[in-house]
Amino acid sequence: MSGASRIADDVRSGARSARDVLDEHLEAINRREPDIHAFNAVLADEARAAADGVDAAVARGDDPGPLAGVPLALKDNMCTRGLLTTCSSRILEGWRPPYDATVVERVRAAGAVVIGKTNLDEFAMGSSTENSAFGPTRNPHDLTRVPGGSSGGSAAAVAAGFAPLALGSDTGGSIRQPAALCGVVGVKPTYGAVSRYGLIAFASSLDQIGPFAATVEDAALLLEVIAGHDSLDSTSIAGPAPQLVAGLDEGVSGLRVGIVDEMTEIDGIEPQVRDAVRAAAAGLEAAGAKVDTVSVPSATYGISAYYLIAPAEASSNLARYDGVRYGLRVDADDVSHMNSATREAGFGREVKRRIMLGTYALSAGYYDAYYGQAQRVRTLILRDFERVYEQFDVLIAATSPTVAFELGAKTADPLAMYLCDVCTVPVNLTGHPAMSVPFGTGDAGLPIGVQVLAPALGEPTMFRVARAIEQAAGR
Amino acid sequence: MTAYETVIGLEVHCELATASKMFCGCPNEFGDEPNTNVCAVCLGLPGSLPVLNAMAVEYALRVADALNLRVPERSVFSRKNYFYPDMPKNYQTSQYDEPITIDGWLEIDGVRVGITRAHLEEDTGKSQHVGVGGRIHDAEFSLVDYNRAGVPLLEIVSEPDIRSAEQAKRYVEELRATLLAVGVSDVKMEEGSLRIDANVSVRTPGSPEFGTRAEIKNLNSLRSLLRAIEYESDRQWSLTQAGEKVVQETRHWDEESGRTISGRSKEEAHDYRYFPEPDLVPVEPTQEMRERVRASMPELPAAQRARYIEQWGIGAEDARVLVDVPGLAAYAERAVAALPGDSGGSAKDVVNWVRQEVLAYINETGLSPAVLAPEMLAELVALVAAGTISRQQAKDVLAESLRDEKWPRTIVEERGIAQVSDEGAIADVIDRVLAANPNVAEEYRAGDEAAKKKKWGFLMGQVMRELKGRGNAQVINRILEQRVAGE
Repeated sequence: MSGASRIADDVRSGARSARDVLDEHLEAINRREPDIHAFNAVLADEARAAADGVDAAVARGDDPGPLAGVPLALKDNMCTRGLLTTCSSRILEGWRPPYDATVVERVRAAGAVVIGKTNLDEFAMGSSTENSAFGPTRNPHDLTRVPGGSSGGSAAAVAAGFAPLALGSDTGGSIRQPAALCGVVGVKPTYGAVSRYGLIAFASSLDQIGPFAATVEDAALLLEVIAGHDSLDSTSIAGPAPQLVAGLDEGVSGLRVGIVDEMTEIDGIEPQVRDAVRAAAAGLEAAGAKVDTVSVPSATYGISAYYLIAPAEASSNLARYDGVRYGLRVDADDVSHMNSATREAGFGREVKRRIMLGTYALSAGYYDAYYGQAQRVRTLILRDFERVYEQFDVLIAATSPTVAFELGAKTADPLAMYLCDVCTVPVNLTGHPAMSVPFGTGDAGLPIGVQVLAPALGEPTMFRVARAIEQAAGR
Repeated sequence: MTAYETVIGLEVHCELATASKMFCGCPNEFGDEPNTNVCAVCLGLPGSLPVLNAMAVEYALRVADALNLRVPERSVFSRKNYFYPDMPKNYQTSQYDEPITIDGWLEIDGVRVGITRAHLEEDTGKSQHVGVGGRIHDAEFSLVDYNRAGVPLLEIVSEPDIRSAEQAKRYVEELRATLLAVGVSDVKMEEGSLRIDANVSVRTPGSPEFGTRAEIKNLNSLRSLLRAIEYESDRQWSLTQAGEKVVQETRHWDEESGRTISGRSKEEAHDYRYFPEPDLVPVEPTQEMRERVRASMPELPAAQRARYIEQWGIGAEDARVLVDVPGLAAYAERAVAALPGDSGGSAKDVVNWVRQEVLAYINETGLSPAVLAPEMLAELVALVAAGTISRQQAKDVLAESLRDEKWPRTIVEERGIAQVSDEGAIADVIDRVLAANPNVAEEYRAGDEAAKKKKWGFLMGQVMRELKGRGNAQVINRILEQRVAGE
């Protein structure tokens, strides 16, 4: 097995068949999936049919596309026509969407072979994939540890070699943090760069779909396929997808790189993580970048603002799960009791906690002090970052304050779990892009990720810097 | 003068007649099989997202021009959160603190009623409760039809400027005529295209304070609106007089019992937890869009009425009826245009016929004026003006003409009822009658008032008999005058 670009090249040239590529990955799944539980569903039959379709296209002399025959895992909060889509929640029991998410259409059109639907924290609410109604996913590097979350299944699938590519969604760090903990590349694109149509909403103003891959190049390849305007998403940015792969190796000479103080030198950060950020910075400097430290004071308030805005939107987005039209229904004497009985049985503890938080933050008399104040902080953080980007081309920081922690370590303490996102939430609030790149390993061989941040639509530069860090890490 | 003053503000929900729904491409059609005009978006399926229908915005801008509303540079959609089975997402996408239009007015009989705002929102589905009574509480089960879910609505909120039930009715009539004229809605109250909530309070005349208001829902016709406001204001005043307090609450109009019934009180009302809709971007109508709308605006009812009054010399009430009845003004305009210039008939004559006979026919048959041929009415008016038939005869002719789509002249010929108006022929007959009754003219001239009247009647009768009842009475009168009274 090898990287996605290599597989696509081989399949397009006829050097390998998509079916062979798929079978190798299915075999890897057979071997280790029982221990890892990356998937809610492995779509072996559908994937075989798709792979055969790709091979037939090649045989006809057609080009199946830039992801020809590349197995790809989808986070199970993206709609797949006719196939169970669960959000790892009991509330969606039995629901099969009548349509495909835009990203699903795009990866299929590019020749990718959807191999399965991956596990997540219920409705993408969590940082360890332990909040799944179907049981946790385990970190392929150490089965006693979490893969991070909420896209833990997708990160683990790539790390375990189940699929060279995966899609996740990032609302407060849900792609980048598990990427860091599993030692893979994870990207949260600029808000609006990738269509959200068919992504089951957690917090609409923060959610963004992005790629997981083993390498920066593969992540760039996948992002080129899924990005670009979609008329079905009103928040989608007009214009075509950015060109990323072509400029990857242009180097970082002369780029101004800032190390964000508030996202690196913080309480509770493990020294090994901080050292990795510093080492990555040194690597960039050696490659010709100008590196300095920078302060974004308001970033400190990111977590507080995030944990008001995200639950507020979630409380409204999740109101539709009421037992009336689809999914779970728990019968009761009248409609409103049926609604509450269904929601009581269908949602897990963390989802309920956030619905309560969000409902409270929006309620009459509290709106201004909570939701309103959080929105003002959000504006402040955006201004701070915009100001910083006048002096820097990109920023770097830690992705996660710690390496992968043990299962159960934080489940009893929601606040400790929320603090996993301290370095990742600021860019969800600003809408800017950011990605996590593996940078060596720390204690017990656990992976460490370094985060690269860029201004809106700054993906081309961000990827170049990520590539340079990847090289500095010796990969 | 009543002992109290009623203060009324109206919230009118108008379904916009766009081809597709507010946030998806589903057809916006009334009366189709349940749950056929639905998709992932209007069913609120997980993962679906709304895309704003540009026509709904354009329609709102048309209404803004018609109702003198201001259009802020940007407006924002918000979510109104509450649980109800006919609402697929359990929130309604509406507008809250930044509506698309604000601060307008509509003039009713010389009085300006302020309009606070008109904002866009999506309609809900429709529940049908099956079982005893048809109400949710005693239903065995309920069915929901989501065809209406996502249909664009414009909610037009008036200031509390209305002072009587009659004025409220006039406001709705004028609003309806205006919405119809600008082509944004079919304004059919019976199909729910126009739905009204009335905020009603009472106070001592001249008091600067407003009383506590009740919001009356379920007003499905102008008649319910009138009756409900009258009932509710009387109820509130009686309470006040008895020293009791009016409770701020929602009340439902019950057509059968003719009463308003308490709903949930506002104190325990839903907290709607409005917040900006993150799935939509702010609406910022461009200058070009606004100008295009302005250029395409038709004549508004008020201007149309003023034009008829001035050009045709008709009364205000006539003008109002012409404009209020769909299609009637266009019919009248075409009939006036078809009137031959030398016929002696006037636009005013045409309007009289339209308002009485034609309107009666329309009301009776339910037909639209658009299916009638206005040229036929023009011919009829010309026949009357020429004296070919009397007004009385013309009524029968018109009835037949409308019913059988037959030209009035053909009917007159078939029936052989054309009047004799020829002066020479009539003069000959008069001369023969006078010759046969040589004393009568003398007796007429010599007689007192009573005798004069009697003799005149006798002569008229003789002349008419000779003419087999088809003589033009006006012509006979005039010539008889010359022969008998004159010289």
